Amino acid sequence: MARVVVVTSGKGGVGKTTSTAALGAALAQAGEHVVVVDFDVGLRNLDLVMGAERRVVFDLINVVQGDARLHQALIRDKRIETLSLLPASQTRDKDALKPEGVAKVIAELREKFDWVICDSPAGIERGATLAMRHADIAVVVTNPEVSSVRDSDRIIGLLDSKTERAERGERIDKHLLLARYDAVRAARGEMLKVEDVLEILSIPLLGIIPESEDVLRASNLGVPVTLNNPASAPTRAYLDAARRLRGETVVMTFPSQKRSLISRLLGRKAIA
Amino acid sequence: MAIVLTPEPPLANWLAALDAQIKAAPTFFDQQAVIVELIALPAETPDVAGFLEQLEQRGVRIIGTEGAHPSWRGIKTGLRPLANTRASSKPVAIRAPSPAAHPAKEPSALLIDRPVRSGQSVVFEHGDLTVVGSVSSGAEIVATGSIHVYGALRGRALAGLKGNGSARIFCRRLEAEFLSIDGLYHTADEIEPGLRGRAVQAWLDGKSLMIAALD
Repeated sequence: MARVVVVTSGKGGVGKTTSTAALGAALAQAGEHVVVVDFDVGLRNLDLVMGAERRVVFDLINVVQGDARLHQALIRDKRIETLSLLPASQTRDKDALKPEGVAKVIAELREKFDWVICDSPAGIERGATLAMRHADIAVVVTNPEVSSVRDSDRIIGLLDSKTERAERGERIDKHLLLARYDAVRAARGEMLKVEDVLEILSIPLLGIIPESEDVLRASNLGVPVTLNNPASAPTRAYLDAARRLRGETVVMTFPSQKRSLISRLLGRKAIA
Repeated sequence: MAIVLTPEPPLANWLAALDAQIKAAPTFFDQQAVIVELIALPAETPDVAGFLEQLEQRGVRIIGTEGAHPSWRGIKTGLRPLANTRASSKPVAIRAPSPAAHPAKEPSALLIDRPVRSGQSVVFEHGDLTVVGSVSSGAEIVATGSIHVYGALRGRALAGLKGNGSARIFCRRLEAEFLSIDGLYHTADEIEPGLRGRAVQAWLDGKSLMIAALD
């Protein structure tokens, strides 16, 4: 049975799009049929991170409005056969998203794929509420700082009240993905600690993605980070998170403050 | 608000009807101020004072009488004023059980057994509010009665809405942005730093909002 996942956060710039691409690619690498859907109409980014920006013909709005068929808008990834992208429109705004049209597209995607991963826009308005509307599972992306945590808390409240599942009286599975985590700065008290964030949000932890240049590098290359550098710390964290999403039990590795001998001698701190 | 009772002769029958009423709704007169309108009784009615005593024995809290005949003895005429009470303009005649005599049972407490998230607002207008979980920063809980939070209180809590100065706020961990009881409030800045992170209660002492640790 297909699962619809919304990757959401409230706040912008915390890593929703990166996480959507990385988790989508990781699930597809494991052989699942995955589509990543960009709901950020007007500010689309997922096509760039997926490296598909030059292959967009039709988009989500075209399909929602009935101007194009779903299969015409879907872009199949060149690296992983089971991964597809449904891009957003860059020229329209979020008012072009109609609830009935979105419901129809999601229902159609459910039939074709094992995982439908919706990349939510920031904010709590129409785009964000429609992205979460049909979700079975929510991945709440949060950075370890107070404004991001409070916005995530707000989003969790909306997930519990505005989604189709919530309105039917059912539960929506919520998972916390703590992104851009810097163990050194957390130890110095410049960032919230993992346990503080978990205490405030009180939802289960899906993974901790360490702050890393690898993420930025991969985004600029248009490759999901999990494909770009399979050995990097964020890749391992995303692969573990994807396994947990599939229901596996994977031991949580906390990014630690490893310091090499040389950096200790020099008194500098390096991130593992 | 006060209820107005208008006894009609014969008094024995009227009392029997009242007893039936009380049996059907035993709490009807609890906390209720009552004015007895004696206008329907003829001047020759014997022992009206005794009749009023019988009413009080049934738990009817008489705050005054109206329309007593000057020849009756032992009747306190007029209204004995009581703070915050006002006579209802419509007299309530007590007859055979009527639907109006069965006040709808309103819940007197509300239990929320999940966290109250940022941006959510819980308003309970019929008594005490209990939250089993935390109240997030940017969330708001409001009750006419007391507020109990079995978790961290990080948002805003307003107890004793509508003038209930005896309401209190209890929480397992005080991190609140705003605390208020019956209109008196403290912002986070005004809360003594030593109480942060502790289990506390807040209450009203006259015109000041007090907060003290529970442990």
